[in-house]
Amino acid sequence: MADQNRTRTQRGPVTLVLRFVVIAYVFVLVIWPVSVVVQRTFAPLNGQEGGFGAFVARLSDPAVVYAFSLTGTITFWAVLINTVFGVGVSLLLVRYRFPGRRVLSVLVDLPMSVSPVVVGLALVLAYSTGSGWFGESLASIGINVIFSTPGLIMATAFISLPFVIREVVPVLEEIGTESEQAALSLGASGWQTFWRITLPSIRSAVLYGVVLSIARALGEFGAVKIVSQGAAFNGETATLLIQNRYGNFDESTAYAAAFVLVVAAVLAIVVVNLIRKPEGST
Amino acid sequence: MSIEIRGVAKRYGDFTALENIDLSIPTGQLTALLGPSGGGKSTLLRIIAGLETTDSGTVEIEGTEATHLPPQKRNVGFVFQHYAVFKHLTVARNVAFGLEIRKRPKAEIKERVAELLELVHLSQFAERLPAQLSGGQRQRMALARALAVEPTVLLLDEPFGALDAKVRKELRDWLRRLHDDVHVTTVFVTHDQEEALEVADKIVVINQGRIEQIGTPDELYDEPANEFVAGFLGPVTELDGRTVRPHDIDVHREAVPGAVVGSVARVLRVGFEVRLSVLPDGGAPASRAVQVTLTRAHARDLTAGTKVWLTPADRG
Repeated sequence: MADQNRTRTQRGPVTLVLRFVVIAYVFVLVIWPVSVVVQRTFAPLNGQEGGFGAFVARLSDPAVVYAFSLTGTITFWAVLINTVFGVGVSLLLVRYRFPGRRVLSVLVDLPMSVSPVVVGLALVLAYSTGSGWFGESLASIGINVIFSTPGLIMATAFISLPFVIREVVPVLEEIGTESEQAALSLGASGWQTFWRITLPSIRSAVLYGVVLSIARALGEFGAVKIVSQGAAFNGETATLLIQNRYGNFDESTAYAAAFVLVVAAVLAIVVVNLIRKPEGST
Repeated sequence: MSIEIRGVAKRYGDFTALENIDLSIPTGQLTALLGPSGGGKSTLLRIIAGLETTDSGTVEIEGTEATHLPPQKRNVGFVFQHYAVFKHLTVARNVAFGLEIRKRPKAEIKERVAELLELVHLSQFAERLPAQLSGGQRQRMALARALAVEPTVLLLDEPFGALDAKVRKELRDWLRRLHDDVHVTTVFVTHDQEEALEVADKIVVINQGRIEQIGTPDELYDEPANEFVAGFLGPVTELDGRTVRPHDIDVHREAVPGAVVGSVARVLRVGFEVRLSVLPDGGAPASRAVQVTLTRAHARDLTAGTKVWLTPADRG
């Protein structure tokens, strides 16, 4: 019923103008800049050769391989942590009423609004060995957070925290508790109910959140920039590599790495749409 | 006695949902908890199921103290108003759920599920998803799912409340017949007095957190304990200072000793019945008009202004 009213059947001049404005807007902001990156990736630049072979060669540079594998590691752990905690926090927010619930709900959104640079600074203040609150004690048991991979994972987890939660919470609210209660009355334990009933019901929301988190984690720059030493083979992630190479007259490698990130982002969007489709049709 | 409830009370903040409820529900019968919305009947059912905790008092199910047992351990079947289907599982897997949790052998589960689907007339839908079923079919599936674990008691919370009038009536008849076959102690919550009168062996009328009356449908209808029960179970009117049912009044066209004399103020036909408003003589206000229900045959040639004599009908 609602679907019938969503699209207009009449196509007047207003529709045409709106369409032109929207397309122009998207073109100027997104399509054109991204297409320049793609073009530069494969074009000869500053006397260096272009084409697909050169592109692959640039990506095979050990420093580039290191950067991407570091980004991969960080993304894997940050997303894994956020998926487990995201589902847990969502259940807590939706299924339980406790003092501070609304504060928690607001805090979960904080990473959306706070600048990643601030996040990085905050982590350095809390965990660095020099001035940090926990840094000294953690360092004494052999864990260095700042300027090492755990710090990068923490920073990335922080900034990608809301994605899973914001996808799962509305679905949990919508499905309600009745089928969970039905499972309980049929003899299922809380854990069985979660695995057999709750999780399958929120599965596509979790997947959607995970894909968004991956996209966000791959592209994170600000928080990572502060927490990482940012040198080649020493905490240089893909985004940091792009910045370093771009500033050090190795633009073609920067473009090649950027292109990989663009492809990853496009893949994420495709996956997200594939997940959304079957849901909309039922 | 199958379910013994003693001194059960429940409060939500300032709101008293249940107040000191004592109730015995007999084994093998179909008992209705009847009352207006927000009266506490669903809360009581959920307390029996263990889905809600009681603030005080005890609940005993088939001789087992169950007050603090979690729902998993009570062996009750619960059917929800909005079906509570497991959307991602087929009809057969929905019904099998309780048996799978109990780790019964595969062959036994298969056999039992087939049997239950037969019982609820859903055999041909076994491999469908709940989304492909109608509301009535979903509720029958939910019932089969609840029966699969062979519960000591079957609890139904407004089971037909979300269905349209026709399906509701069919399912109601079907539930009665099913209960005659299966004989599991059944408690169902409803706000529809017709449903309770038609299906239940015994009705418990609950209002504002208290039990108003317990009895068979006939007892409640013919000898309501108070005005509330009388009014909730069916229409009432006042004849000569007594509360009677509109269809328990005889209408005479000539003088009868002891009758209330009046004239017909309004005639309204609703399908097979005719409703009269009779204004007693002696200048009574319109609000004091006596409501009388007649069959069409008896109401012939009664029109507004006709003089009538009203007497309470003898109940044989």
